[in-house]
Amino acid sequence: MGTESVSTASERMAWRAAQELHDGDVVFVGIGLPNLACNLARATHAPGLFMIYESGAVGAIPERLPVSIGDPSLVTDSLAVVGQADIFQCLLQRGLIEVGFLGGAQVDRWGNINTTVIGDYANPKVRLPGSGGACEIAVHARRLLIVMRMGKRTFVEKCDFITSPGHRMNGKTRAELGLPGGGPTRIITDLGVLDFDATGEAVLSEVYPGVTSDQVRAACGWPLRVADSVRTTGEPDTSVLSLLRERLDPQRLYL
Amino acid sequence: MDKRCSMREAISASVKDGSSIVIDGFTHLICFAAGHEIIRQGVKDLTAIRLTPDLVYDQLIEAGAVKKLVFSWAGNPGVGSLHALRRRSEASSTERLELEEYSHFGLLSRFLAASAGLPFWPLDNYQGADIARVNPAIKTVRCPYTDRELATVPALHPDVAIIHCQRADMEGNAQVWGLLGSQKEVAFAARKVIVVAEQIVPTEVIRKDPNRTLVPGIIVSHVVHEPWGCHPSFVQGFHDRDNDFYVKWEDISRKPETYRAWLEEFVYGVKDRQGYLAKLETGLLDTLRAKARVCEGVDYGY
Repeated sequence: MGTESVSTASERMAWRAAQELHDGDVVFVGIGLPNLACNLARATHAPGLFMIYESGAVGAIPERLPVSIGDPSLVTDSLAVVGQADIFQCLLQRGLIEVGFLGGAQVDRWGNINTTVIGDYANPKVRLPGSGGACEIAVHARRLLIVMRMGKRTFVEKCDFITSPGHRMNGKTRAELGLPGGGPTRIITDLGVLDFDATGEAVLSEVYPGVTSDQVRAACGWPLRVADSVRTTGEPDTSVLSLLRERLDPQRLYL
Repeated sequence: MDKRCSMREAISASVKDGSSIVIDGFTHLICFAAGHEIIRQGVKDLTAIRLTPDLVYDQLIEAGAVKKLVFSWAGNPGVGSLHALRRRSEASSTERLELEEYSHFGLLSRFLAASAGLPFWPLDNYQGADIARVNPAIKTVRCPYTDRELATVPALHPDVAIIHCQRADMEGNAQVWGLLGSQKEVAFAARKVIVVAEQIVPTEVIRKDPNRTLVPGIIVSHVVHEPWGCHPSFVQGFHDRDNDFYVKWEDISRKPETYRAWLEEFVYGVKDRQGYLAKLETGLLDTLRAKARVCEGVDYGY
């Protein structure tokens, strides 16, 4: 374990997402890869990252990787533990969250996310967990990072259900609808990274080494626009990989 | 007043066919013992309400106790799906479960309104999302001060709230630490509150640390002493989550046959929580017991 020097898709995504986090950022942490990305950022370039969990832990520094968003290790050594009403009203709706993280079953070109149903709402093919706090995170976070693996079934022309609003919803912009937060800034995938242009549409801006723009376009369910110059994303080095594998996720819960 | 009674007495006195109930807790302090007792008593047509219905709600659904689910996130946290819920909500289902869906803050706001004695609660949310489109209970209001349009949700008064806590006295003054979830708002919103406690302590213990009391006894009708009543969920300072169970549950609950067999053995097949605990693997509870992490005391003197 930990000897293979080639990074896996999950490791690349966690590492690339960590690059988006700056020291001192107040981040609303989701479970899974976002959690790993936050812990990686805190262990490397952002020791002052301020982590808030929707379960109520504020300024948490969990000593083990939490198995769920409400793990007891989030409580031990936190700066504060508050009720969920305080999390959603005083921190999120009050506008104190700089970065939110979301994933989902579907995302579209405007960064709308679906975590509710596949198919018709009243007669769904697949019933997914629902919003949880995702809708309000997408509404209020000043910057929203989406972390998802690419594929034609996940990157869709139109979400079956908009659980979490992106930049354009049924033709209306965030400004027209009065959404307070900034909306999605990046989609971090296993093939590359998508940014959003001034109209709110996702544009391919980075690919991992060995991946071509055409490969990414082929994995996308809509005709994906490609930036004039697509840069090659770096890769996690061996020190980052051993940190991820040996210290941050030794049980390989998310890697 | 001494409100102590057994779980069986508390449930049979409070939860009737057609009741709306909340067994609260956010991953933490989820009273599986109460859910199992409801299943054993054969209650039907419940409206089951919680931000995060999880395994015990899925068990209530599989057992046929639930008519309608009011929720914001339904899953096996950190592991996967709720399979009884999925079977009862997907396209092939003949016996569809009625669902009423919010986001976390939306449902929480319904408890906030009820706990404040108000008819509704405003929130800055749902613009552009489909949640409000499929749930007619979510409306909008124009702010009389700023003219902004805000979403609103109506007050929700569950018939019964079941709140698990670390310690309570016999009157139901309940102290909680660790993740607080929405226990306080749910308790104040409900018409009747059952407090279930890991420990029953003298009222003097409560009075010595009054800031820790989340639910005051004046709103509590029954107090149940039920140590380990939350397994496989966790109780901060008492025991960890039994994560292996949550992982194994994915396989047990995927097939109706293994699901039913589990209910037969661990719910119908035992008399009470003690019977359930006696069936668990030897030594498991010792493995889950929390390490001590005592905080420095505070001085309440004047």
